[in-house]
Amino acid sequence: MSEVASSYSLAELMVVAASRVFDNEGEVLATGIGLLPRLAASLAMSTTNPDLMMTDSQSFLLSKPNPVSGVKSHAGQANETWLGFRAVFDNVWSGKRHAMVGPSQIDRFGQANISALGGTYQQPKVQLLGVRGFPGNSISHGNSFFVPKHSTRVFVEGECDVVGSIGYNPNRLPKGYCLDDIDVRTVITDLCVMDFSGPNHQMRIVSLHPDVTEQEVRDNTGFELAVVDNLGVTPGPTVEQLAIIAELDPLNARAKQLKDNPPGERRG
Amino acid sequence: MNKLQTAAEAIASIRSGMTIGVGGWGPRRKPMALVRELMRSDATDLTVVAYGGADVGMLCASGKVKKVIFAFVSLDFMPLEPGFRVARQSGAIEVLEIDEGMMLQGLRAASWRIPFIPTNVGLGTDVVARNPELKVIDSPYDDKEWVAMPALKLDVALVHATRCDERGVCEIASPDVYMDDLFARAAQHTIVSCDEIVPTDHFADPAVARSVFWERCHTQSVVHIPGGAHPSSSDPLYGFDVKHFKAYGEAVGAGEFDAYVDAHVRGKTEQDYQAAVGGLDAIQALPLPAY
Repeated sequence: MSEVASSYSLAELMVVAASRVFDNEGEVLATGIGLLPRLAASLAMSTTNPDLMMTDSQSFLLSKPNPVSGVKSHAGQANETWLGFRAVFDNVWSGKRHAMVGPSQIDRFGQANISALGGTYQQPKVQLLGVRGFPGNSISHGNSFFVPKHSTRVFVEGECDVVGSIGYNPNRLPKGYCLDDIDVRTVITDLCVMDFSGPNHQMRIVSLHPDVTEQEVRDNTGFELAVVDNLGVTPGPTVEQLAIIAELDPLNARAKQLKDNPPGERRG
Repeated sequence: MNKLQTAAEAIASIRSGMTIGVGGWGPRRKPMALVRELMRSDATDLTVVAYGGADVGMLCASGKVKKVIFAFVSLDFMPLEPGFRVARQSGAIEVLEIDEGMMLQGLRAASWRIPFIPTNVGLGTDVVARNPELKVIDSPYDDKEWVAMPALKLDVALVHATRCDERGVCEIASPDVYMDDLFARAAQHTIVSCDEIVPTDHFADPAVARSVFWERCHTQSVVHIPGGAHPSSSDPLYGFDVKHFKAYGEAVGAGEFDAYVDAHVRGKTEQDYQAAVGGLDAIQALPLPAY
């Protein structure tokens, strides 16, 4: 293990924290939606878990991840398998996948929403994307969430306005299922890392990012959180990890993903 | 058999109240010239089934649509499709919002002429809770419940291919066929626009024949429109037109979609349209997107 870098951005800290969700996943398709989650999956494939599979975000699996910035053409990339969208569904339904997505809303059950906000189902106040693949992903394989701005707008007090993915909600559990059949993994935010391993799958703080307090996390979350024993600080990137991140993102697009690109150690 | 038609002849088969499937995915390989022809037609009250992009948005904004069956409507680089967004937020359209994979299953069921495909997709979510037309059933083989994803039967499918012969053999040279073959198979009547018309012996090369994903009996009409996917892409021939999509989005945002239609669609031919967007050469020079 190389040493922890002396300085790093919050985005880089989040990428490294996010990459850990793929460490022990074995040979699965790692799908990171959005630049930082994709960078996290690419980092894991390049370091801790070379067995991961990743796509070119279009139609091919690659033996080596494409950089997340500066790619002008798909020509010459390291294709290994055709994986058009219908084959992605075959993969999803086989369970051999872990997706990291960035929902607009997440509730205390780990249910998530990218479909619409407010109003009614027939006439939403704000139409977003639609449920996309959330229902199928959430009932088929492991899913983690990436939240660039931890707030009560994302971590809502009640249920999501539209429940697009199944979570640990006893009232919505289908016949023949138990809560342990659901697999919502890790939540990476700009404040902390969380999971759903609290009592009865309650969302739980696992580590706080440097200079963040437990109270800050609670103040920005619309529901009660459990917390691990011996709550620690999210480990920073190593020098080696930062070098690989820089190779995977040569144009430093990661610096544009969080408002004002804050440093990882905020009061440093 | 010769299935070649003009866009107007082909679209004349679409009548009000029909269910129309549109191939492609988001901003990619959409039969947009056929969509423009449909915008010019008298058909209304349509139900549209699509992995939606500006096809869905423009048809909604044109008042053609009664109901949209969708998992998303998005232009990817512009995540929120402007025309669809306005239609939804004004409550102007009915919806059946389903998972992307459920759409595949529904088209597959229609193409296999079976009433539904059982799936766990949608369980525990608002896809099932808010859409009473999706039924949940018991299994004869286990103690779980399953969603019976109904067949999405299409009256007409609109698809854009790279190359066709006049008998309706269609080559998709792009890296992904998406669900276009299922749209063609799920439909009573399939209209395919294409960038190039080729002689039948073009398909003698096995590598080319492997780029044909449905047999010609599922293609009823072939419309030759070079550049006909614009402003969406037709990989490998041309990419999608980011500038054009943005201008469309700004027009909708400013409440001026009508001006967009006047400039590009209403009373215009496809030649007029292409001239207004810089000409066929400019379309064919649009770079393919890379991420």
